[in-house]
Amino acid sequence: MNINFTLVSQAIAFSLFIWFTARFVWPYLLRAIEERQQKIADGLAAGERGKKELELASQRSSEVLKEAKQRASEIIIQAEKRASDIIEEAKQNARIEGEKIIAGAKAEIQHETFSARESLRQQVAGLAVQGASKILRREVNAKVHADLLASIEAELK
Amino acid sequence: MSSEAELNPTTYIQHHLTNHTISIGDGSFWVLHTDTLITSLLLGVVSLGLIWMVVRKATSGVPSKTQAFVELLIEFIDDQVKTTFHGDRHAFVAPAALTIFVWVFLLNAMDFLPIDIMAWVYEHVFGLHNWRSVPTADVNTTFALALAIWILTIYFAIKVKGFGGWVTELVCTPFGKNPLLWPFNLLLNLIEYISKPLSHSLRLFGNMYAGEIIFMLLGMWAATGVTGTIFGAILGAGWAIFHILIVILQAFIFMMLAVVYLSMAHESH
Repeated sequence: MNINFTLVSQAIAFSLFIWFTARFVWPYLLRAIEERQQKIADGLAAGERGKKELELASQRSSEVLKEAKQRASEIIIQAEKRASDIIEEAKQNARIEGEKIIAGAKAEIQHETFSARESLRQQVAGLAVQGASKILRREVNAKVHADLLASIEAELK
Repeated sequence: MSSEAELNPTTYIQHHLTNHTISIGDGSFWVLHTDTLITSLLLGVVSLGLIWMVVRKATSGVPSKTQAFVELLIEFIDDQVKTTFHGDRHAFVAPAALTIFVWVFLLNAMDFLPIDIMAWVYEHVFGLHNWRSVPTADVNTTFALALAIWILTIYFAIKVKGFGGWVTELVCTPFGKNPLLWPFNLLLNLIEYISKPLSHSLRLFGNMYAGEIIFMLLGMWAATGVTGTIFGAILGAGWAIFHILIVILQAFIFMMLAVVYLSMAHESH
C-alpha cells in the first residue's frame, strides 16, 4: 500500500479515457439514440393518426350505408305507391271506357229498335192501305176518297 | 505458484500482494506498478475501443445486438446522471460517468480470475514473478481516480461560480456569513474537501482489497488437506458469486459518487 508515480500515470490515463469517451463515444451514440426515439415517436404518431382516420372512415361509411338504406326504403315506398296509383288509374279508365261502350251499345240498340219499329209501322201502314185499297177498289174512287185515304194513312203513321 | 523454496501463509500472501515494479528515478515515489498500469490500460483501451467500434457503425435505424447493448448501458448511465445532475450533462458529466463505470467495473472484474491459476500463468507464460491482477486493489488506482474527480470538482466549482464565488462559498457556508463563523466554515469545508476523495477512493480500494484477501485465505485453506480443499472450493465459489454483486455495486457506487461530487460543484449552496 505505497503511493507512488503509478497514481499520476493512472490519473493521466483516466483523463485520457474520459476525454476519449466524451469526444468520440458519447455524442455519436446519443445522437443515434435520439434520432431513433424521434423516429419511433413519429411512427407511433402516424399509427395513431391512421387509426383515427380509419375510425372516421368507418363512421362515415356506416353513415352513408344508413342513408342509402333509408333512401332505398323511401324509393320502394314511392314505387309501391306509384304502382297502386297506376292500377287504380287503369281500373278507373277501364270502368269509364266500359261504361262508354255500354252506353254506345245501348244507344245503338235503341236506335235500331226505333228504326225497326218505324219501318215495321210503315210496312203495317202500307199493308193496311194496300188491304183497304184492295177492299175498297171497286166501291171507292181513289180520286174521290183521296182525302180519306190520306187521313187514314196519316193516322197510321 | 511461486518457485520459492519456503512456502508458508505469510510468503503466500506477500507473494500475491507484491506488485511488479520498475523504478524510474530515485526515491520510493518514482516507481511504477507495471501490473496495475498495463492491466488497467489494456482493459480501458479494449473496452472503450470496442464501444467506439460499435459507435462508429451506430445507426439510428434498427440497431444490432451489440449496439443495443451499448445503448442500454449508455441510457442506464444517462438516466442515473439525469436524476442527479441538472445541467448540460452531455458535455462532460455523463461521458465521464460512462467511462468510470465501464472502466472500474472491468478493473474490479479482474478479481474473478482465480488468483493462483493467474499467478501460474503470469509466471510460466509471461515470465512475471509478481503480478497482481486487480488494479482497483492497488490504492494508487483508486486514489488516481478519486483525485482526478476531486480536481475536476474544484475546476468546475471555480468555473461555474468564479474564483471569488468559490472562496466565498468556502468561508461563508454552511453556518453563515458572520465573520466570526468564517474559521469554522473554512475548517468544515476543508474537512469535506479532504474526506471526499479519501472516502471515495478507500471505499473502492477496501472492497476490492478485502475481496482479494478473502480469496487468498480460502486458497490457503486448500493447502491444509482434502477437507480444506473441498470447503475452500465451495466457499470460494460462494464468495465469487457474491463478489459479482460487489464488483458491479462498487463500480456503480464509485460512478454515482463521482457524479454527485461533480453536480455539487455545479450548484451553489
